[in-house]
Amino acid sequence: MAKKVLTSFMRAAWARTVCAALLLVGMVLSSCLQCHAQEYPYFVTYSQEMEEPGNLDIEWFNAAGNPPGGNRFMGSDVEFEYGLKAWWTTEFYLDGQATQNDSTIFTGFRWENRFRPLAREHWINPVLYAEFEDISADKSLREIVGHDGRYDFLVPNGLAHMNKERELELKLILGSNLRGWNISENFIGEKNFAGDPWEFGYAFAASRPLQLAASAHECSFCAEKFQAGVEMYGGLGDTDGFGLRLTSQYLGPTVNWTAPNGMTVAFSPQFGLNGYSIPVLYRFSVSYEFQQFFSHFHRSGQ
Amino acid sequence: MTSRPAPCFVAAFLILWCAMGAFATSNGAWLANVPQRERERVNPYRDQPDALAAGRRIFLDHCAHCHGKDAEGTEKRPFLKSSRVQQEATDGDLHWLLVNGNRSQGMPSWVKLGDPQIWQVICSVKSLH
Repeated sequence: MAKKVLTSFMRAAWARTVCAALLLVGMVLSSCLQCHAQEYPYFVTYSQEMEEPGNLDIEWFNAAGNPPGGNRFMGSDVEFEYGLKAWWTTEFYLDGQATQNDSTIFTGFRWENRFRPLAREHWINPVLYAEFEDISADKSLREIVGHDGRYDFLVPNGLAHMNKERELELKLILGSNLRGWNISENFIGEKNFAGDPWEFGYAFAASRPLQLAASAHECSFCAEKFQAGVEMYGGLGDTDGFGLRLTSQYLGPTVNWTAPNGMTVAFSPQFGLNGYSIPVLYRFSVSYEFQQFFSHFHRSGQ
Repeated sequence: MTSRPAPCFVAAFLILWCAMGAFATSNGAWLANVPQRERERVNPYRDQPDALAAGRRIFLDHCAHCHGKDAEGTEKRPFLKSSRVQQEATDGDLHWLLVNGNRSQGMPSWVKLGDPQIWQVICSVKSLH
């Protein structure tokens, strides 16, 4: 009986999330017939690529898992990414999560800015990243720092929600493009304003389109529409104990597909590499890019 | 053992931030900045009808919103049928521009497309004259 109730709760939570996503998709498709994306299939790692100036990218990210001794969960966030300049991208996130046998809650927001300091392409291209986040009970796992681990997911939402985390996060993003491959590395430092020590983490990813040259004719499932790669990330401790001890680490393959209408769908099963990690995370995302977003309003107003 | 990497991390972050000052002063005369060996690169897709068609698709997907469907330019973005693009710039020059962008002028890098697609879109742009 209890199992039935839990299953119906999870179904309801998923149904709500799926409805929200479908609504978003409907809004996007009804207002933008020409939206295109060229995304890398990364969930945690940032590449050196910036959003094109004037473009708005809307992405819906999800992470689902089942921590041992805890309840299944799905963390989601909706991301609005806008290219202010060719060297400056800003993003705003709204986060939420649903936990089986617990609740579905809004967990907070994040605002981040990325700056590209060098004008030209180099072997390694740095990007500076600064983010403010105001979250609690977050399960979207958009980064792993410090001693984040599976035990954090055993705390009931009601209790975890009381612990507000207002944090500054800085990243050094390094990215290279080589023979069709993108290779990206992130070094993360995060500081909680409540006075906790600096926490550190990293992320690494590499990917490549299955075919580099474009086809002469439009196609839906040709190799150029797919990108595949691998992603690895984890915590590096904090200023009181830097290193891999008592940190969670994840590794997994990742793939995305860009539909002819511009929608990009990505999926990745990611595996915990030690006992401090959640054994398996399933990540998936949907994204759309509105090209020259504000010019649509400008033209329609004329 | 206790370690304190935070000051180094913040210092590196600030140094790179300052490098943006140098970037902000870069000008838009991109053609003069192209190295000779880049200028002389040959387009491996030149005169291939399939590459022209593929390049046209890439152009419509990624370039047309700023430069116009027929490369006629828009309020702030240049006309691509100009003699500068069609005669002065070689395929190698355009490849260099698409790889590096001209960020201070709003032109992003398109290196994420990969070399084959960059050459294909150059075929399309050069066919517009």
